[in-house]
Amino acid sequence: MDTFLGRYKNLIVLAAILFAQIIALAVQVRRPTQGGDTRLLRLWAISAVTPVEKAVVHTQKWVHDTWNTYAYLRGVRRENRELRAEIDRMKVEDARYAEDARMARRVQALLAFKEQYVDTTVAAQVIGTSGSEQSRILYLDKGSKDGIKPDMAVITPAGIVGKIVQVFSDSSQVLPINDQFSGVGAALKSSRLQGILRGASNGVTTLQYVMSDEKVEPGEEVITSGGDRIFPKGLPVGKVVSVEPGKDLFLNIRVVPSARLDQVEEVLVVTKITEKMPDSKDLGPLRASDILAERLPTVPAKPEVDATGKPKPGAANGTASGATSATGTAATAARSGAAATSAANKPAAGSSTAVASKPNGAATATHGAPSGTTAGSAGAPKAPKSAAAGGTRPAGTVAKPLNGAGMATAPHANPTAPVPSPSPANRPANGGETRPPSKQSKPVPEQPPNANPQQPSTPPNGEQPPQ
Amino acid sequence: MSSRVIPFRGSLTSRDQAAVHEFSWPAVIFIPLVAVLIQIFIPVRARFLPIIDLPFMVTIFFAVARRHPISGCLTGCAIGLMQDLFAGPSHPLGMYGIALTIIGYLASSLGLKIDVENPGSRFIITYLFFVAHQGIYYGVAHGLLGQVQQWSWSHVAISALANAVIGIFVFKFLDRFKQR
Repeated sequence: MDTFLGRYKNLIVLAAILFAQIIALAVQVRRPTQGGDTRLLRLWAISAVTPVEKAVVHTQKWVHDTWNTYAYLRGVRRENRELRAEIDRMKVEDARYAEDARMARRVQALLAFKEQYVDTTVAAQVIGTSGSEQSRILYLDKGSKDGIKPDMAVITPAGIVGKIVQVFSDSSQVLPINDQFSGVGAALKSSRLQGILRGASNGVTTLQYVMSDEKVEPGEEVITSGGDRIFPKGLPVGKVVSVEPGKDLFLNIRVVPSARLDQVEEVLVVTKITEKMPDSKDLGPLRASDILAERLPTVPAKPEVDATGKPKPGAANGTASGATSATGTAATAARSGAAATSAANKPAAGSSTAVASKPNGAATATHGAPSGTTAGSAGAPKAPKSAAAGGTRPAGTVAKPLNGAGMATAPHANPTAPVPSPSPANRPANGGETRPPSKQSKPVPEQPPNANPQQPSTPPNGEQPPQ
Repeated sequence: MSSRVIPFRGSLTSRDQAAVHEFSWPAVIFIPLVAVLIQIFIPVRARFLPIIDLPFMVTIFFAVARRHPISGCLTGCAIGLMQDLFAGPSHPLGMYGIALTIIGYLASSLGLKIDVENPGSRFIITYLFFVAHQGIYYGVAHGLLGQVQQWSWSHVAISALANAVIGIFVFKFLDRFKQR
């Protein structure tokens, strides 16, 4: 026995060490750490190393900044001139974007669209990495003392970087988007196709779960979709560099991240995301063209029929125009009061929007619905008064005609919610409140659908559309 | 504080005897520690540097210098576990530990048979063991843990070449810590 142990001592020790580590692996895989839990060994190691890393990084940064600020000033004048020229150019662009943004906010307000804003961020410095190719973890110099929590988004002005996975008192770990364990809800900017951006062990990021019959071009921008509830919607992610057919009917879309993940040194940790409605006070008057531009076509609904099989009068089932398929049934909403479908026909621009359910259950926003109706249009000879069932605007409610277009919403759970609209005609619809017909109320004009969808129809009674 | 001389069991070299080097305790503790620290810090400024695996080189160096398999195992295990500590929550402790334990054992066993003092043999040893290290890691991650890993021969070959070249200089530097 002694001879055996002596002869194979080395191998026995090797086997024992390997066995112990395999058992340790098995235990960890079986009981993975949840949430912010950390192995004690890791906590000690990281706590011991972090001060050293911080000291080295901050000293290096100080030296670098001092040199660049006071000593190395070559080319600063030229750079200053170039930057001024760029500022002038961007001012011109800014004016155009501001107008676009105002229009977008008006439409968002109209649709009661809640938008996520990056509210508060904490600037942090990258002080370390995992040091291996297989794991791309980054270490930041900010931790729980600075308000950092797990699952917070980490971004740079160029694009997203990753998310916080573990937080210590003075440092935190970031899982970059190119790590093999990372997944980000992403969408293609122009086509709005959504997928999941995944990393790989070799650091390549791919957008997955986009069907192979979709058309995706290299160079297309990828943004966050907001579906992961970590990154706010619309942040830049990267650009498509190649598209290949993958397996299981999905495309294999390779994406190059916008943020230089191999050079990132300073990042912003999003500590607070605010979800709010766009402020409609400063948006100016609502323009019919803005609304019509954002209208979406709806699926034509079957006309309501009575017992004899004839179409019910007032059922908004008219086809808008030959060029468009803007049809809808206001009567659908009237049918049960709980139905989530209501629509209005808008022959003017040949499009209609049916807002079936609002994010916050906000009540009706019936811009331009002809007076006396909740949902009505020139395309529908008579909109049913009962369409106001369930908390939508009752019959006789003031509604400003808007280019003959109407948009109606179905009853909601919270009919008292305010309707965000700059138009005075759109007041919050109170569920049980019935207002008498106003002087502004006008009868629904019977107007044939506009055959030319490009040509806005004349508003009822020759009124000019509100600008 | 000394270096012993042991006879070669193999015949792969013209030399009949090779020295077994020893190191001071501070060197044994701090060289691997500094190697791991540099490994996690340097890529902040040069993110391509993870292909240079300093802890791996230190493991090889200690293993072939001591020429003792058990010592090689333990050194590899300790350095590997240190690397695991900083690799993040999705990286269980033991993945690098297992890989470097085996590498330490093999390197020290090989050190008993061949001359590992000249740059040529160091280059070859580092190159081959780096490929083996990557293979063992892949086997642990893919086979034991079921993780999806990409294996690229070209990438491994280039990384091994880079490590072998830099390893020559690192070994030359670490030779200063040998006690003769």
